[in-house]
Amino acid sequence: MNKITEKGYLSENVVRMVIEAPDVAEKRKAGQFVVLMVDEKGERIPLTIVDSDVEKGTITLIFQVVGKTTTCLAEMNEGDSLFTLLGPLGHPTEIANFGTAVCVGGGVGIGVAYPVIKALAEAGNKVIPIIGARTKDILILEDEIRSISEELIVATDDGSYGVHGFVTNVLQNLIDSGEKIDIVFAIGPVPMMKFLCEVTRPYGIKTIVSLNPIMVDATGMCGACRVSVGGKTKFACVDGPEFDGHKVDFGLLMTRLQTYNNQEQTAMENYRCRHNDR
Amino acid sequence: MTDKKKKAEKLKIPRQSMPEQDAKVRSRNFNEVPLGYTKEQAVLEAKRCLQCKKPTCVAGCPVDVDIPGFIKLIAEEDFIGAAHKLKETNALPAICGRVCPQEDQCEKACILGKKGDSVAIGRLERFAADYERKSGNIMVPEVALPTGKKVAVVGAGPAGLTIAGDLVKLGHDVTVFEALHKAGGVLIYGIPEFRLPKNIVDAEVDYLEKLGVKIVTNAVVGRVKTVDELLDEGFDAVFLGVGAGAPVFMNIPGENLSGIYSANEYLTRSNLMKAYRFPEYDTPIIHGKNVAVIGGGNVAMDSVRTALRLGAENAYIVYRRTEVEMPARIEEVHHARDEGVQFKLLTNPVEYIGNEKGWVTGMKCIRMELGEPDESGRRRPVPIKDSEFVMDVDTVVVAVGTMSNPVIAATTPGLETNRWNYIVTKGETGETSRKGVYAGGDIVTGSATVILAMGAGRKAARAIDEYLRNKEQGTRNKDQG
Repeated sequence: MNKITEKGYLSENVVRMVIEAPDVAEKRKAGQFVVLMVDEKGERIPLTIVDSDVEKGTITLIFQVVGKTTTCLAEMNEGDSLFTLLGPLGHPTEIANFGTAVCVGGGVGIGVAYPVIKALAEAGNKVIPIIGARTKDILILEDEIRSISEELIVATDDGSYGVHGFVTNVLQNLIDSGEKIDIVFAIGPVPMMKFLCEVTRPYGIKTIVSLNPIMVDATGMCGACRVSVGGKTKFACVDGPEFDGHKVDFGLLMTRLQTYNNQEQTAMENYRCRHNDR
Repeated sequence: MTDKKKKAEKLKIPRQSMPEQDAKVRSRNFNEVPLGYTKEQAVLEAKRCLQCKKPTCVAGCPVDVDIPGFIKLIAEEDFIGAAHKLKETNALPAICGRVCPQEDQCEKACILGKKGDSVAIGRLERFAADYERKSGNIMVPEVALPTGKKVAVVGAGPAGLTIAGDLVKLGHDVTVFEALHKAGGVLIYGIPEFRLPKNIVDAEVDYLEKLGVKIVTNAVVGRVKTVDELLDEGFDAVFLGVGAGAPVFMNIPGENLSGIYSANEYLTRSNLMKAYRFPEYDTPIIHGKNVAVIGGGNVAMDSVRTALRLGAENAYIVYRRTEVEMPARIEEVHHARDEGVQFKLLTNPVEYIGNEKGWVTGMKCIRMELGEPDESGRRRPVPIKDSEFVMDVDTVVVAVGTMSNPVIAATTPGLETNRWNYIVTKGETGETSRKGVYAGGDIVTGSATVILAMGAGRKAARAIDEYLRNKEQGTRNKDQG
């Protein structure tokens, strides 16, 4: 059983959980994810592994409460066990010494960016993390990331903290300042990734994005997560989740993410967390 | 009565039909369609069997069920005895009685079928297995003394479950690794409730666990552990029964529009995740009004009948050949037609049309005609020039086949695969290019049937047992030397 050993809120809507999963903890690499179910009637949802502790046999997940499943998950507490957890899935991030790597995380995507920043730093890169959020209160993992790289740049949309503006502006300014950037990792909301790719495209800077389409089995069996990359259909679960951002059809990703909007609303309206029934 | 007279009496009994839910009613619910024989019907049907001295039906069965043997017991009203007889060679009789293509196997070989109707072997098998399950008096056969040998089975589908049952009975320590959260493979995620109730699969899996089979769910071999790691960790042999689970798309424009599913996704949502019971279950599925299912196999029939049950006003099978060439079981095609499925034959989609929100609204098709036979012996469908037309659809299910999932091959050095990424084996033993590693089922043959995968599991079980016994001897000789 996958027991929750720690749970806490990083901001009003963002939860950090440490979960027992010794096999996953041992095997997982930056960029990989797990699929979990809260209970027997639940959905299978993918979440990126943020960190792991091999000795304790645990993994760390960070998620934003957005729908029924994440709401239920957020209501679970230390000592509770998940119905299922499967992983590690997907290809790990391709880590090498690229030189200077900019790693942009937006919103809850900062959690996904964190292991990539860590792995890039360990591989000897000069890592410049850029993290952004709508406002100061919902900015996560600043201290953890600063402890890896002093180069950290923070931005908030409303100017309540750090640079006033979007992470795209920060990246543009960094390029304009003459910083030689060898690779960019962009992880966050789809529009953010899309616009970051537009910033780097004219300069030919390789830009890797981490895609988050809807998944069901997440082992390559169903094709729910198909994305278009360079005009070819790929399954994010087994071919990704990271792809060359300059080749990704973000419009398709956006529309496919909205496939079940009506049902998600119904699920929330009918919401009575079954976990509380127990 | 003389034998001749007896035979004449038997021949007078008509093949017993099995009661089923009315087509109109059943097309709107997910309950099982056929209701099964009553005791009286089963006995009467069993009495039709001529008890041939050299039964041709057994030769038609991939797992060598003693068909006259179990039927005789039904005729004698020893229903539990019949179930036990079945289980001597078939670990999953309640499943086989439902989903085997008997008309192409045992029943095709039945001598009665030459002049009239063959014995309804599948229905009798189902009856006996159901009788035992409902009685609660489930026999757990004695297993052999522990051999001390450990076998890892990868994939808890028909091949994996069969081999696990066989090897555990021979005294081996068997662990099955399953990627999904429930054991059963295609029996759980693929075949719908109305054709194979999931409590039956659960009961058969429980039975295997009672025999001593260990089942580890949520374990993707190749990711959490590789085949080599399993061997290093003390498994003496590994059987790969991972199926051909990757969906095939047609690569035509618009195929990624919202509302277009692979059959795997559509059926997994409905069957494994129980999306048809949304919002009681959390996984959603689109309840299309005009649903087109592309393909003519059993998976296509399962998908289109699921669409009806989800409330489709128009549920179409769109198939590029004619009904004669359809790979689906005749019974499934009949069931679909009775329930109101519309067949658009000699028709092939060429493009999907979407709206501004990225949802499919139409499917451009082209009419086909049959040309010369192809390598499968079926006449090749050829497009008719300028015959394109558009069908109004809001949901499409692509059921044109599956291919191998490359994760095992990619993570197992030295495992020989063919150009379609299926695992290459030596004959029927399932031996692969890697010592101690065996494979069987769809991952070797490409997508086929439940019973053929079970047959492959059965044969590989014999080969693995022999390998383990020789291995034991080899070790002993070495110890002595």
